[in-house]
Amino acid sequence: MIDTVSLAKKMRRHLVEMTHHANSSHIGSGLSITDLVAVLYGAVLQIDSKNPQKKERDRFILSKGHAGAAVYAALAETGFFDSSLLQTYCDNGSCLSGHVFHKGVPGIEFSTGSLGHGLPVGAGIAYGLRLDHLSNRVFVLLSDGECDEGSNWEAILFSGHHQLDHLVAIVDYNKLQSLAAVSETLGLEPFAEKWRAFGWAVVEVDGHDHSELLKTFQALPVQQGKPTCVIAHTTKGKGISFMEHKVLWHYRAPQGDNYVQALKELGGE
Amino acid sequence: MMKKLFAKLLTKAASQNNRLFLITGDLGFGVLMDYAEQYPDQFLNVGVAEQNMTGVAAGLAFDDRVVFTYSIANFPTLRCLEQIRNDVCYHELNVKIVAVGGGFSYGAAGLSHHATEDLAIMRSLPITVVAPGDLWEVEQATQAIINRPGPCYLRLDNTSAPTQDLSNSSFQIGKARRILEGRDITLMAIGGGALHVAYEAAQQLRELQIDCRLVSMHTLNPLDKEEVLDAARQTQGVITVEEHTIKGGLGGAVAEICLESGVLPRAFYRIGLRRDYGCIIGSQAYLRDQYKISAEEIVKQAKALLT
Repeated sequence: MIDTVSLAKKMRRHLVEMTHHANSSHIGSGLSITDLVAVLYGAVLQIDSKNPQKKERDRFILSKGHAGAAVYAALAETGFFDSSLLQTYCDNGSCLSGHVFHKGVPGIEFSTGSLGHGLPVGAGIAYGLRLDHLSNRVFVLLSDGECDEGSNWEAILFSGHHQLDHLVAIVDYNKLQSLAAVSETLGLEPFAEKWRAFGWAVVEVDGHDHSELLKTFQALPVQQGKPTCVIAHTTKGKGISFMEHKVLWHYRAPQGDNYVQALKELGGE
Repeated sequence: MMKKLFAKLLTKAASQNNRLFLITGDLGFGVLMDYAEQYPDQFLNVGVAEQNMTGVAAGLAFDDRVVFTYSIANFPTLRCLEQIRNDVCYHELNVKIVAVGGGFSYGAAGLSHHATEDLAIMRSLPITVVAPGDLWEVEQATQAIINRPGPCYLRLDNTSAPTQDLSNSSFQIGKARRILEGRDITLMAIGGGALHVAYEAAQQLRELQIDCRLVSMHTLNPLDKEEVLDAARQTQGVITVEEHTIKGGLGGAVAEICLESGVLPRAFYRIGLRRDYGCIIGSQAYLRDQYKISAEEIVKQAKALLT
């Protein structure tokens, strides 16, 4: 097990560097899930960076593919590939696309980008693992805005019905979606109750508290015979003061003074 | 019936391959029951949820399974097109999409159940597209699709052409089947309803002393380019026949190949839907006639092309 707090710190610095270099969007989404992804890759997922396709492994799908930079950074920092590859993020000819991409990137299980795809696929993988008598878990990380997609609710209904208790949906609930607050756009509340009504066990956590996250993930499944939904209360843009809670940083890349300030806040030069 | 034969063949295949899996979107009453009862561990009814059906199929195929999805008309294709594109095709997964009810198979059910754009849409994806024309082709195609790696689309029809005993030397995906030899004109058909009327037309043309070649173009993707060019070079005209819009299906694919190869047929016509959505319903044969996808129309167009 590695120090996930320091992993998250390195990932945040990569996120700033990558989006700065590529002049690309979605740094706010990446910062929002950095702690979740750091805890998963640093301490929870049973995966082997030297053998990423091993059949007996946990699967992780980033369904909110636009935050792919955070996962690339975690994979580089946990030995799946050299971190120099991160410098090609969004470059011409690179395999590191803005939305998470599996071809040529060791450790990425599934490409996403269009929302509402990850959970049905994760449910299918989980169903197959059970048929094969494998006890590995499937983690799918979704955004809150993504829960507008009907395909998710088809998969939520399916997974509850089939009691896929090795399936874990994590919702990055930062309360902001593409144009405005979730509550103004298409409110999800009562959110936990919706999942419970579909046959899931639900836990609500602070999505930036590493010890709470670790404790939650080590106690899976929350309830035998039920898939688990972890509603992670998060802050969009977490860790960089002027990006926190701002829709703007769903789009803007850190440049100039913003870039310098962001690195400074993360303890860099 | 094509779908019953398919289900029987798949049931047999499931007995020989425990990695074969079938998912239905809550359809197949009286068709899939034997399979479901005999191989419950290789069967799943996901309910009326085609997007989830296709995503789950991708997930199951992710760990070395051959996964069939099954529904009718446009439900397993258009309803979940992006899942097919991103989850199945982009990941090159072994998912085999089966739509029963090609064209006007469910004619009286209304427009929602008319699969009249699926071939054009599916052929634009990196996926094998097969639409058997008769029961022999269903049998051959089912087995070939199980063995073929990667995404496939199998379009089954409620009509089968009575050609199952004619010139059946071998079946190969991507290789057209020449059912009747001929030098005057080529009829090139895809799917049961289209092959049915094309065969009828071929017989009528022969009675008129027109030496008609009949080709079952059961595979649209990849298309048998050589067979198309042979028809353009060796006969006096090419008529494509499909129970489908004329836009982008078999006729479109044949035209693309001919133009780009610089081998132009002396004459060319596409039999297919030429009108936008109408307000009539009826049996498959009735609607084919209404929309001029008929032996009569083929004969008329063939005579016009040859004059």
